[in-house]
Amino acid sequence: MKLHATINGRKRVLEIQPGDVLLDTLRDHDFISVRRGCDSTSCGVCTILVEGKPVPSCTYLSARAEGKTITTVEGVQDHAARLAGFFGGEGADQCGFCNPGIALSVYALSNEAPDADEDTIRHYLTGHLCRCTGYHSQVQAVKKYLEGLK
Amino acid sequence: MKIQNFHKASSLADAYERLERSSDAAIIGGGAWMKFSSRTLEEAIDLSGLGLDAIDERDGVVAIGSMTPLRDIETSDVLKRIFNGILPHAAAQIVGVGLRNIATIGGSVVGKYGFSDLLGPLLCMDARLEFFKEGEVSLAEFLERKGRTDDILVSVNIPSKAGCGYFKKVRKTALDFAVLNITITKTDGQTRIALGSRPARAVLAMDAMAVLNGSVDNDETTIEKAAEKAAEAVRFGDNHRASEAYRKHLAYVYVRRGLFMLEEGRT
Ligand SMILES: Cc1cc2nc3c(=O)[nH]c(=O)nc-3n(C[C@H](O)[C@H](O)[C@H](O)COP(=O)(O)OP(=O)(O)OC[C@H]3O[C@@H](n4cnc5c(N)ncnc54)[C@H](O)[C@@H]3O)c2cc1C
Repeated sequence: MKLHATINGRKRVLEIQPGDVLLDTLRDHDFISVRRGCDSTSCGVCTILVEGKPVPSCTYLSARAEGKTITTVEGVQDHAARLAGFFGGEGADQCGFCNPGIALSVYALSNEAPDADEDTIRHYLTGHLCRCTGYHSQVQAVKKYLEGLK
Repeated sequence: MKIQNFHKASSLADAYERLERSSDAAIIGGGAWMKFSSRTLEEAIDLSGLGLDAIDERDGVVAIGSMTPLRDIETSDVLKRIFNGILPHAAAQIVGVGLRNIATIGGSVVGKYGFSDLLGPLLCMDARLEFFKEGEVSLAEFLERKGRTDDILVSVNIPSKAGCGYFKKVRKTALDFAVLNITITKTDGQTRIALGSRPARAVLAMDAMAVLNGSVDNDETTIEKAAEKAAEAVRFGDNHRASEAYRKHLAYVYVRRGLFMLEEGRT
């Protein structure tokens, strides 16, 4: 079957199987910033945006994305680069495996709640289990990033 | 789970007709729990185009469409208003925003999961389920039925009564299932208590409720007696998260605490 979707601003038609999930579909089409983590909806690593909302791509059926907009880090590079600066500054970056997923959640948060306080940031990022720098430095980095957008 | 065919339903009648056609067809909610199933589905029936993802309040009832994601429940102003927002509060503690953007209330209810954090609040709020074929049935009755339903859940309906509520999820780590979850609501002088993740699915603590609802005043002695009854009369079990004895103890402590908090207006 065919999936018609707008991926990172470009209309695409991709060949998919009925049970495919977006993680595989996107990686098969070279969106390799989308990472495979636990593959069980638990770690947040594979997060992408569908219609602007963070979702675990390991579980989101590709067929369900018909007609929708999909965003990976390749589509928000300016944002990701700016956020990476704050991650570096706060010591919030180590192996980097979780960064694309977190960057997309932060992008969604900046649209949903640009004035998010520390508690809101923490709550929003809870599902990102994979964070080898610990849980505090990233929250500080996101706080500074959001302040910088004002 | 393997899927041989994906069908986006054009109407509920269409979905039901496809569901009836094969015992290997199933409605797909968010697909988050189905993912772990070893089933091969001849057909996955998708309801996402049918507008079943809204939360509407009318004629004294809050109707939550079965495809409503848990994140929308968490952020719903309508649901935050009823029973101190226990349903949004419970939903907000399930994994992370990403999962909650896909997992639905329909899948959470129809799955009848032992670990569910939503069934307790829904039982205490006296939720009713609207099925496509059967029509309305109480959640309490639905949970007592054995086996899988062949019907389609359309909405979860909650009477929007004035009342207060308490919800506590006891867990070992932030993203884990509950060791026990405790819900209490009070409306029109009637108290309801539900205990879930025992590890079996949520039930109402009938004996404890009878103590409270049969007394004129929920004073300290009555609350103490009700908490003891909740721990004594509800069945708890052992699993790798906790022992039966620990769950019993938690039930006593949190039912007592929750009742005091409601009496004192502290929730
Ligand atoms: C890693 C992980 C951790 C979790 N932790 C928790 C937790 O701590 N607490 C908690 O409460 N929940 C937890 N959940 C469960 C989650 O909240 C959902 O309850 C679960 O994913 C089911 O919802 P779904 O929409 O994904 O349903 P699905 O997986 O799509 O479906 C579940 C079942 O319901 C049926 N179904 C779905 N919709 C309908 C309908 N409208 N009519 C008829 N049948 C239908 C399906 O056929 C299937 O049998 C967790 C889930 C995951 C993946």
